[in-house]
Amino acid sequence: MIPAAFDYVRATSLDDALARLAAGGGSAKAIAGGQSLLPLMKLRLARPETLVDIGRLAELKGVRRLGDGRVSIGGLTTYDEMLRDMTLHRYGLLADALPNIGDVQVRNRGTIGGATAHADPASDMPAILLALDAEVVVRSVRGERAIPIAGFFQGAFASALEPDELITELRLPGGREDLGSAYRAIEQPASGYSIAGVAAIIGARSGDRWGFCSVAITGVGEHPYRATAVESAILGGASFEAAAAHACDGVTVASDIHADREYRAHVATVQVRRALEAAAARLA
Amino acid sequence: MAEHVSLVVNGVPREVDVEPRRLLVQLLREDLDLTGTHIACDTSQCGACTVTLDGKSVKSCTVLAVQADGANVTTIEGMATADGLHPLQAAFWENHGLQCGFCTPGMIMSAADLLARTTDPTDDEIRHAIAGNFCRCTGYQNIVTAIRAAATTVRAGAAG
Ligand SMILES: Cc1cc2nc3c(=O)[nH]c(=O)nc-3n(C[C@H](O)[C@H](O)[C@H](O)COP(=O)(O)OP(=O)(O)OC[C@H]3O[C@@H](n4cnc5c(N)ncnc54)[C@H](O)[C@@H]3O)c2cc1C
Ligand code: FES
Ligand code: FES
Repeated sequence: MIPAAFDYVRATSLDDALARLAAGGGSAKAIAGGQSLLPLMKLRLARPETLVDIGRLAELKGVRRLGDGRVSIGGLTTYDEMLRDMTLHRYGLLADALPNIGDVQVRNRGTIGGATAHADPASDMPAILLALDAEVVVRSVRGERAIPIAGFFQGAFASALEPDELITELRLPGGREDLGSAYRAIEQPASGYSIAGVAAIIGARSGDRWGFCSVAITGVGEHPYRATAVESAILGGASFEAAAAHACDGVTVASDIHADREYRAHVATVQVRRALEAAAARLA
Repeated sequence: MAEHVSLVVNGVPREVDVEPRRLLVQLLREDLDLTGTHIACDTSQCGACTVTLDGKSVKSCTVLAVQADGANVTTIEGMATADGLHPLQAAFWENHGLQCGFCTPGMIMSAADLLARTTDPTDDEIRHAIAGNFCRCTGYQNIVTAIRAAATTVRAGAAG
């Protein structure tokens, strides 16, 4: 299968890439690892007129600690690079999820910026970013803005990103000693995409109450979402099992050949409970 | 407009003019006649087209040739040396790691990425490393045995 013809430019710097995307006016698209875009182009579900290759922009690669204690992951950092990065090892939910995203070949090329921009409703990384309350730093010729992840995902393959904007960084909170986190998913066996994937962070326990709980779910709704009903049930003293029953509250649960609505909703509930249990176990 | 691509394939510098939409697998098979790299699914799933790009395994049906400009590519044809088969190739042969052989070039290139990371993989690590490579014949067991055996050969070579 061969993509429709396009013009190709290899960006020489971030500014060069941004200028070319702006000049393309919506018909130009960035390509990073190509692990989502190329399959779509081969099926001709995507037909960009110009591809701007950002794959060599070293300034968008790597993980660093910011002055305020947060951790910044460059948009072009691959899953494989993230797996090897010691700074990220302490995020339990990343350690759980990263080795199971795609396969080695996909992780060698796929980037966190590409996964975030693509906004696949079953992608794993969006749930993790949501649970962590990450910040998406984007740039265009108009300048830089930081988008809170809470409003970033707006629908299937739809996000707050403008066509001429690039994700330069994902910023994660520094990680608190009194919180534990985990990621649990039931995957569709052929593709590895989540039927229901759950990122959970819990902790700050005082007496018999949890002081902090964050739960995000992918693969289930129209886009990955924070399961706020689960979170408030936990903070209100509910058991993991009872709270997990609220996994799909207010969400139109997806139904497809891999999992019908009822099964997917059930799996989401089970994964929420397991992710919460695993996150809590990491605290001990 | 044609793009000029220079890359090193199996140690040999190559210069090719390609359309931007040309896939790396087509460059290898059609422009360079290296047909050991197979195309099966053509949808990024099966791993038959796996080669290494600067040492890391990639699915060459999901990489543009222009993205490989300046890179070092190794295909199955680059594994054997004048001294004989690569330890992975020898181990697949000795351990019946293939039946029809269609998946084998990709399997071996994925295994090469693994052995570059660790020469002492557990069976779980081996299985995890070939999760992106489908085999419709062997049931995988002998592939795992072959990769384990190759790792032993590589370790013995490093020690000797
Ligand atoms: C076989 C296979 C299995 C997979 N399994 C999983 C899985 O189990 N879980 C999972 O979550 N994902 C899975 N994926 C998807 C994979 O994680 C993503 O394809 C990958 O991370 C996307 O990154 P990329 O660099 O390849 O993006 P590209 O394909 O290069 O780009 C994707 C989109 O993002 C845009 N883009 C890229 N980088 C940026 C940027 N920095 N700023 C703005 N826009 C940008 C592009 O214009 C394009 O629209 C799988 C993919 C394959 C092929
Ligand atoms: S042919 Fe490339 S992954 Fe199947
Ligand atoms: S040996 Fe036939 S597909 Fe693997």
